[in-house]
Amino acid sequence: MAKGPQSKGFDLLRWSDTEPRLYSADCLDRGNVMIACEKPLAFAKVLLVMFVLSYGPAFGKEVQTESGTIFDPGRLKAVDSATSLKVGSAAPDFSLGAVSGDRVSLSQYKGKKNVVLSFVPAAWTPVCSQQWPGYNIAEDIFMRNDAVVLGITVDNTPTLYAWTKQMGRLWFPVLSDFWPHGAVAERYGVLRSDGTSERALFVIDKQGIIRYVDVHDINAMPRLEDLVRELEKLPK
Amino acid sequence: MNRPFFSILSVALLAIMATSHAAAFAVDPDVLGEIQLQVPDSSAEKKYLGISGTGTFSLPQIQADLIIVEIFSMYCPICQREAENVNKLHQLIEGNPDLKRRVKVIGIGTGNTPYEVEIFRKKYDIKFPMFPDDSFRVQKAASQPVRTPTFLALERKEGRRILVREIHIGAIQDVDQFLKEMTGQK
Repeated sequence: MAKGPQSKGFDLLRWSDTEPRLYSADCLDRGNVMIACEKPLAFAKVLLVMFVLSYGPAFGKEVQTESGTIFDPGRLKAVDSATSLKVGSAAPDFSLGAVSGDRVSLSQYKGKKNVVLSFVPAAWTPVCSQQWPGYNIAEDIFMRNDAVVLGITVDNTPTLYAWTKQMGRLWFPVLSDFWPHGAVAERYGVLRSDGTSERALFVIDKQGIIRYVDVHDINAMPRLEDLVRELEKLPK
Repeated sequence: MNRPFFSILSVALLAIMATSHAAAFAVDPDVLGEIQLQVPDSSAEKKYLGISGTGTFSLPQIQADLIIVEIFSMYCPICQREAENVNKLHQLIEGNPDLKRRVKVIGIGTGNTPYEVEIFRKKYDIKFPMFPDDSFRVQKAASQPVRTPTFLALERKEGRRILVREIHIGAIQDVDQFLKEMTGQK
């Protein structure tokens, strides 16, 4: 039988009832605990703590990550809202603060860029923690289609700062829809009853018209090629 | 203080931890060996793997003593950061005549479509063959959820069988050391 894992940096890829799910995770190293053997009670306590910690991930609420933790909310209701926005609708304008400190409005791209609004449910959760790194390495595809991604969550800016920092250098703005809480998600009809947003994609053309809506199963990753196919349909 | 009691408790906890960690993650070589991968279009990749024709093939058909498999995801930021190291690993093997003859490297993009694997391959200019696993078939061979990146060193045995010789989960860190680990030279 092969040896056990080395547990350095990793992402955890987990499958649940029906859909596989992705987790970012890292470092299950428990470290070295040096306890003198002449203190068996202390040694036993430390071992007990290590034992409990070692089983933490197996019980599924948290796994340690490179710079924080990924919280596992379990399997969620696939979609918990109903958007009234449809292909052909005018995209509601908004202005939100970005992690960079800038203020970003949808209207600033009108006549200049196609826009992909990528709502993800929450920072430090499975799937979300990988969706934007995927878009990050596909920058040239978005550029080729004259499109920018605007990443949006209902988290506050400091949380988004810490979370996106471990994704590498994102080429697109990440916006906080924290206050008034989820106001933009609500205008787009993708605010869930628990205050998070759906995992939703809206493709908006240069005229500000919605050309694609994908309110995706919150537990699963939208396929990149589906999004790219929609971008390629837009007039150049 | 009851020293014998705590000594026994300590030993028992250590034993349980050791057992639990040893059983933490395992890969069934028989299930893994049955996974069908698409024969590459590229003749260079076919030559590298020592396979021919079209359709599908399985890991034990790769003509190598040792197959290093990187299980990755295009979406995984750690896999993205590690791509350079994996390329270095491949270059080290290709630059050593003995290793080049005996060891092959492939990637399996678990949860990834062919399109997504291709994005990853192009982005990081990866020279070894990479295969999609959009239906998570690799998961079926694993005792627990597969974390990405996970590296497997597979030894090819007689009768189209493979043996999982080494499992490394997570970042490579030191490429030279990692190569020794994977090839059993440590």
